Amino acid sequence: MKIEGLRQALDKWKFDAAFGGARRDEEKSRAKERVFSHRNAAQAWNPRDQRPELWTIFNTRLNPGESMRVFPLSNWTELDVWDYIAAEKIPVASLYFARPRPVVRRDGALIMVDDDRLPLLEGEVAEMRRVRFRTLGCYPLTGAIESGAETLEEIITEMRAATTSERQGRVIDYDESDSMEKKKREGYF
Amino acid sequence: MAHALAEAGYTLLPEPFSGGAPAPQIQEKALLRFITCGSVDDGKSTLIGRLLYDSSMIADDQLEALDRDSKKFGTQGGNLDFALLVDGLSAEREQGITIDVAYRYFKTDRRSFIVADTPGHEQYTRNMATGASTADVAVILVDARKSILPQTRRHSFIVAMLGVRDVIVAINKMDLVDYSEARFNEIVAAYREMAQSLKFRTIAPLPISALAGDNIASLSDRTPWFQGAPLLSLLETIDASRAEEVEGEFRFPVQWVNRPNLDFRGFSGWVASGAVKVGDAIASMPSGRESRVKRIVTMGGDLDRAVAGQSVTLTLEDEVDVSRGDLIVGASEKPAVASRVGARLLWTAETNMHRGASYIAKLGARSANVSIEKLHYLIDIHTFEKAPGRPLGLNEIGFASLQFDRPMIFSDYRDNRELGGFILIDRITNETVAFGLIDRQAQTTRDESAATPQGAEAAWPRLAREYGARLAPAAASGMAVGLGAVLLGASPMTGATLGLADAVLRPLAHRLYGDYLGYSARRDARQQAVRDEVRSEGDGI
Repeated sequence: MKIEGLRQALDKWKFDAAFGGARRDEEKSRAKERVFSHRNAAQAWNPRDQRPELWTIFNTRLNPGESMRVFPLSNWTELDVWDYIAAEKIPVASLYFARPRPVVRRDGALIMVDDDRLPLLEGEVAEMRRVRFRTLGCYPLTGAIESGAETLEEIITEMRAATTSERQGRVIDYDESDSMEKKKREGYF
Repeated sequence: MAHALAEAGYTLLPEPFSGGAPAPQIQEKALLRFITCGSVDDGKSTLIGRLLYDSSMIADDQLEALDRDSKKFGTQGGNLDFALLVDGLSAEREQGITIDVAYRYFKTDRRSFIVADTPGHEQYTRNMATGASTADVAVILVDARKSILPQTRRHSFIVAMLGVRDVIVAINKMDLVDYSEARFNEIVAAYREMAQSLKFRTIAPLPISALAGDNIASLSDRTPWFQGAPLLSLLETIDASRAEEVEGEFRFPVQWVNRPNLDFRGFSGWVASGAVKVGDAIASMPSGRESRVKRIVTMGGDLDRAVAGQSVTLTLEDEVDVSRGDLIVGASEKPAVASRVGARLLWTAETNMHRGASYIAKLGARSANVSIEKLHYLIDIHTFEKAPGRPLGLNEIGFASLQFDRPMIFSDYRDNRELGGFILIDRITNETVAFGLIDRQAQTTRDESAATPQGAEAAWPRLAREYGARLAPAAASGMAVGLGAVLLGASPMTGATLGLADAVLRPLAHRLYGDYLGYSARRDARQQAVRDEVRSEGDGI
């Protein structure tokens, strides 16, 4: 759904470049991504034939219909992002902070049930838990984590001790190990 | 490279060190970029997986996925196959090879690391070069059973050519040769012999088993004869400073003319080498017109001084004509302007070089048309011998004379990677067909005895590090300019600006500084010992 919407928007406005916040530490196919990532006229990524990217010289030239996905934060880590948010006092969405929220456990993920967009399955009962989101993807495919971190400082402390990866809550990645790569080939960020 | 210094976190030290006093405790770069290379199946990916695992950088859910994948694709009979952690593409996992460079991040108490895991196959040499272009150190893997292979030679040549001067030669799979000291010494001697002409500053040999974890995080009982330090300690302490860029002459490639209204006209970019102060006499090259620096503007307020690695906007006293791609330099240090230069080229396209064809060159922030006037000779990257010149094919290296269609400023790659490296773009396909390293010293004939790659002068005083640390607070306030320019929508394709955002914004130092305070004197002493050892290893080369 996200891929389709993105592709339609990029096709309609014919943007040369779309900036994304993806980082190489998120996922192993992203670890292979260039900072300036070339997409063909079908917006597809061809990981087997990426342009060499030496020093900080970027080849930004495009043929008609082609585009770039640009990832300026490629070399940041998840913790870098939070350190930077703290240093620069950048406001972030409240879903990143732990609050009591109604959730159900589904396929190992904690899915939030705060309105009727998520029909409960038989036998499921929403329960209140103190949760926060480590990553925000599309609803309802992003799971929350149980956490007591209510402030930025607490998030950073929690992050340093974390033993699970950031995208652990993203059901979208879970189909198979190369699920992200397939989506990127189709035009996902 | 200058931006590595900035990226190293010198820019974000907290207040206690802001008074202009040197920061004596901070002796080393907080961030080290290194590359792993070696022949196919020498175990590069396994080594990186092992490093990540031993430094506890693998999350529980990733371990579960690794366990699943190991059973499905693994080459270790169902045991954890660390290579699967880093081979991120499905084609790589299916074939059990690395196709493209993967970047990984881990940290220890001492340093943060960015590892470029690069492919071994000759077919993917250009991807390997991509990883080498920003590396401070190379870890070259050698299979203890096979010793030096053609790929070991090729990779050593390429990392040397791209300016890496410190290498760790990790003799891997020692478990398969019964941890034999004699075998280890034999391979080390062969490597030193082979690498003689490459002029590395440091060669640190190390017996390891990436699979079994020997001499990775701690010294192994199975190699009692080995007196050195394990790989992680080596990486934490190896001195990979590059002083020349900080100490060099002031060079500021203009990326963007910032003119938000009639009252402000500034030149935004990133200081590639040297330093500049308010009031300094400068010249804009290639025109040579002179003026003085009026202000050094950053998002966090004006600065009095800017140094290599900082992103700033300069305004000038006079209305001087400066455009994107021009170079602002100190007025007394004007470089020569030329349109013809010699350079080493590595061809990266499937289609061969066309004789006399014209390409688009991108050098710093400047683009120009260039034609390859003459290909003087090829360099065989296995024998390091020169061969008669002819148009280059994929992954071939040669020395060429290039004719540009406009005046340019050329810096030797040995002096500055950012100003001496360039790419060539095909004007029809827009592919990157080659990258080049400006070489102002090379002979244009084949008469020299051996083809030696670039790099390897031994001047690297401590000044750079002290310099960087002292100027840290000023750099911190300058950091948001590059990204700011992009967010303002100046030009979505101001690529170099993004390089800056990447280089300067990465906020490492807060926590590194914290970690550093907890560091014990005992460990410092041990690491000094390691450092001395590494140094003495390098001296013989």
